[in-house]
Amino acid sequence: MDLSLGLFGNAIVSGLLLGGFYAAVTIGISISFGMLDIANIAHPAFIVLGSYGAWYANSRFGVDPLIASVVLMPAFYLLGAGIYQLYYHAFERRGDASLRGLAFFFGLLFITEVGLILVFGVDYRLVRAPYIGPSLYLGALEFPLRLLVPFLASLAMVGLLWLYLSRSFTGRAILAVAQDAEALRILGADPVRIKRIAFALSIATTSLAGAILIVIQPVEPSIGRDYIGRVFAIAVLGGLGSFAGTVVAAILLGIMESLTATFYGPSWSPAIAFGFLLLALAVKPSGMFGR
Amino acid sequence: MRGWTFLLLAVLVAGAVYAAAAAVNNGYVFFAGYVVLQYVVLATAWNLLGGYTGYVNFGVAGFFALAAYGTVAIEKLAPLPLPAVILAGGAISGLLGLGMGYLTLRLRGVFFSIATLAMAVVAQTFVVNWNFVGGSAGAFVIRPQFTAWFHIDYIHYLFLLMLVLCVIVLATARLIERSRLGDGFAAIRDDELAAEAAGVPTLRLKLIATALSGAFMGMAGAPLPYYVTYLDPPSAFSLSYAVNTIAMPLIGGTAAWPGPLIGALLLATLQQLVTVTISSAVNLLIVGLMLVGFIIIAPRGIIGWFGIGEGKLRRRKRR
Repeated sequence: MDLSLGLFGNAIVSGLLLGGFYAAVTIGISISFGMLDIANIAHPAFIVLGSYGAWYANSRFGVDPLIASVVLMPAFYLLGAGIYQLYYHAFERRGDASLRGLAFFFGLLFITEVGLILVFGVDYRLVRAPYIGPSLYLGALEFPLRLLVPFLASLAMVGLLWLYLSRSFTGRAILAVAQDAEALRILGADPVRIKRIAFALSIATTSLAGAILIVIQPVEPSIGRDYIGRVFAIAVLGGLGSFAGTVVAAILLGIMESLTATFYGPSWSPAIAFGFLLLALAVKPSGMFGR
Repeated sequence: MRGWTFLLLAVLVAGAVYAAAAAVNNGYVFFAGYVVLQYVVLATAWNLLGGYTGYVNFGVAGFFALAAYGTVAIEKLAPLPLPAVILAGGAISGLLGLGMGYLTLRLRGVFFSIATLAMAVVAQTFVVNWNFVGGSAGAFVIRPQFTAWFHIDYIHYLFLLMLVLCVIVLATARLIERSRLGDGFAAIRDDELAAEAAGVPTLRLKLIATALSGAFMGMAGAPLPYYVTYLDPPSAFSLSYAVNTIAMPLIGGTAAWPGPLIGALLLATLQQLVTVTISSAVNLLIVGLMLVGFIIIAPRGIIGWFGIGEGKLRRRKRR
């Protein structure tokens, strides 16, 4: 009895910490899909790209992966801005965003994945950092630092983004473009520029999210696929575009997956996200915190 | 051209293809040709939903591989003749499409697409945990040397079956294009809200398209275990099936049945050549780049250059 209670407690804790990581992975989708209505299914592939950036800086120069990813963020921002520009000119402007836009991002996902395979090979890569290995203990509960540090980094990123969106002029313009792009144009702000900034921000988050991913687990080029279902399940269940909803849904999914992995075996946990997603779509597509 | 004339012509072409392959009398022609034909079926099947109604299915690998694993299960339980197994695979994937569609097709199209992508991951999880069909270790299937009747080389037999499937799926696609069903699909693609308002039973039509499309993908996947003889989840559920199947109609053109056919013949043949001469990773990169390049530069695909599929659009507008 005691043993299973301890097991249960630790499953909850690691699920909670895992959920923080899921929030970092999903927050970019909350911006691009939730606010801009761009179904960027290549998002997880860019996260893996972020992992490889952190891995390269860490193994080559010995830099801390999380710090390296923050340094790399501007490069990801520019990448995002470039992708949006291409997307806008090729699809959004023509009003042809649905079928071809989706296929475009699917192609990007594939190109990124195969590109990484061609450059780095299919081996699993991992990083070194002082917080990988040791744990904090609180009674019987174990807080592994390799989960706790990413959890804190993720919440910091989500918090900063939220501050930016709710306080700065550009941030509020992003929230406005999510509601009515035409009205924004009338008010004298260029919706395309605002959307470009927002999409670039969403890609910039993949740098840190990727570093967090590789701190938590070894990474290989196609690992991003496991996150597509999770990311969209969380974004939809959280109520598209709601940051608080995203964090809550991420933590819920983390806990459910962790419980499943503990009591039924880890090979079943990818199915949880899908059940989660289908449930969300079938029962309440506007999400828990939907507008 | 009337439906029966078309069918007769298609059968004649298929017969000529088989005769030509047999005349070369090289095992590799049948091995490579099987893959090309399999992609003709997959691409045309995908286009029944994606091209005609505009709903993007990313879960091709799921529909394809689940039917292949159905074959493995049937082989272990009670071996049936291959055509029956193919029908069973079609039933499995058709039902999967119906279920998926029922849960997600009432929402915006993008949710359906995301759900199909996640479905492929879950189907893989399910198979990995299903030890009866080999689980993560994979399953071996013994391919007979020859068929029981007529004593045909089994690879030739698989090639022939896939050729028959090609004829069936192409004739179906053409029939749909020219029927009221096709008009309904086109109405959904052009403006679903307007179609709904005009009394088109959109949900029912979308379910028909999803089930048909899934069923044909399943039929294309059912003979796979006999072709590869060893089936494991990562290769059966490989994302490259989805990328290839989506790239082919988009490159060939989604508006009419020749589009997926041309795209599949072109891309699959190119891939066979590149895989042999360069490497399989490079060939996937080429597909990805071609997909993105075509949808940006030539949104109507190859048949758009020749004006195929547009005349129909114009005729419909005049009506």
